[in-house]
Amino acid sequence: MIHKYSLNGYNIVMDTNSGAVHLFGGAPFAMLDYLDDGVPDEPPKAMMAELKNQYDEKTLREGYSEILELYRKGQLYSRDEYEKFASMLKDAPIKSMCLNVAHDCNLRCRYCFAAQGDFGGRRMLMPFQVAKSAVDFLVKHSGNRHNLELDFFGGEPLMNFGVVRQTVAYAHSIEKQHHKNFRFTITTNGLLLNDEAIDFINREMSNCILSLDGRKEVNDRLRVRVDGSGSYDTVLPKFKKLVARRPQDKDYYVRGTFSKYNLDFVKDIQHFLDEGFDEISVEPVVSDTKLDYSIREDDLPRVFEEYDRLSKLMIERTKTGKKFDFFHFMIDLNQGPCAIKRLRGCSCGNEYVAVTPTGDLYPCHQFVGDKKWEMGNVLTDTLDQAMKHRFALTNVYTKSECKNCWAKFYCSGGCNANNLKYEGNIRKPHTISCELEKKRLECAVMIQAALAE
Amino acid sequence: MKQIKTLNQANLKKSAAKGGCGECQASCQSACKTSCTVSNQKCENPNR
Repeated sequence: MIHKYSLNGYNIVMDTNSGAVHLFGGAPFAMLDYLDDGVPDEPPKAMMAELKNQYDEKTLREGYSEILELYRKGQLYSRDEYEKFASMLKDAPIKSMCLNVAHDCNLRCRYCFAAQGDFGGRRMLMPFQVAKSAVDFLVKHSGNRHNLELDFFGGEPLMNFGVVRQTVAYAHSIEKQHHKNFRFTITTNGLLLNDEAIDFINREMSNCILSLDGRKEVNDRLRVRVDGSGSYDTVLPKFKKLVARRPQDKDYYVRGTFSKYNLDFVKDIQHFLDEGFDEISVEPVVSDTKLDYSIREDDLPRVFEEYDRLSKLMIERTKTGKKFDFFHFMIDLNQGPCAIKRLRGCSCGNEYVAVTPTGDLYPCHQFVGDKKWEMGNVLTDTLDQAMKHRFALTNVYTKSECKNCWAKFYCSGGCNANNLKYEGNIRKPHTISCELEKKRLECAVMIQAALAE
Repeated sequence: MKQIKTLNQANLKKSAAKGGCGECQASCQSACKTSCTVSNQKCENPNR
């Protein structure tokens, strides 16, 4: 299987099963329209007859011999040999945990998937005893995994900062005896950041996600406080201070959400760059399409134009030596994840779980509050193995639409929670998310081509 | 080759042989949490 497309003056050909990415000249690029998952030793006569008006005989024969060479090397129309590995994928140790330390929030963002902080239940903070049990649960169920991730999430985790600190200290106190390496991350809206919290985050958190949507008017339309007022003016200086003090070897992302209200979201990304941020993640809002701020299928052409604009901005900025990471354009064509990792992608319910303030376990943060998907409790050390097994079996070969998709080893089947919420089935990919993902991949690969020149 | 340039090592099949150590980050546990992209994750297998 291949995927061919032209973007920004580049003819790009991706070979799905080998992972090869090629830049094609015009003649061989046109020839691919006449080939069907294979390359015969001799060029098809019909192809040569039709293309001879556009290219001379020598160019066509040379182009065809190069296509044939790639095919013989297994870098074009290469065979899919991964299904046997997918069928061996079974339950894995848990290595990653989202700790919802606060089912409460000091913002009331209108697009919040967590029902504005309480996940549809009562507002509460996680007691340390629950967090401690969660850490013990993670260690116990992590098998031989060395690297363990703990993400402090909410609601707003800084509303329970004391427990965050206690939990980090506890995890550190037991990691050596269990031969584990804890990595901590936090997602915060920034309202409660002070010097103490900034220094703690910069010392302990390998990554921190700073939620802000971009320009003041964009941010303050949807990211509002309880009284309806905007949060931009309070949050921006605090994020700038955190980033200015952040060690170079630690990541951060300013993480925005774009909606129907700011389909010109590259202006928000430019705003972040102007304010000195260079690690940026701006994501489409994921919501019921009936809501007025939601991204609908008929918005996609406009969103795609914006991704094209963003690609050009990234190429220009990078070529002048300035740093600019955009999370969904980051791609390593040589040293990315192994093929096995790419078969299953989303780890939810199998390698990754979320924990509520009462210790209940869910497959991930997006399932929290939906009782049908509760899968145990850290206080009683219970885990629904049948549900875990169900998630373990989701992969690009058990999702029929993914099996025949060129992007399957880049997106790996997408987000199971979105699949369930908007398509009614964890194995049925969410259409709009697929379209967005494919467009971002096309841009990411094109940027690599441009920067390789 | 004159008309085609290959941008990478095309080593996906090779990576299956030594792959699956599981030490890399869980996919959406990073800068997103509303979608899942895998190809931008780092490989953490020291034996790769």
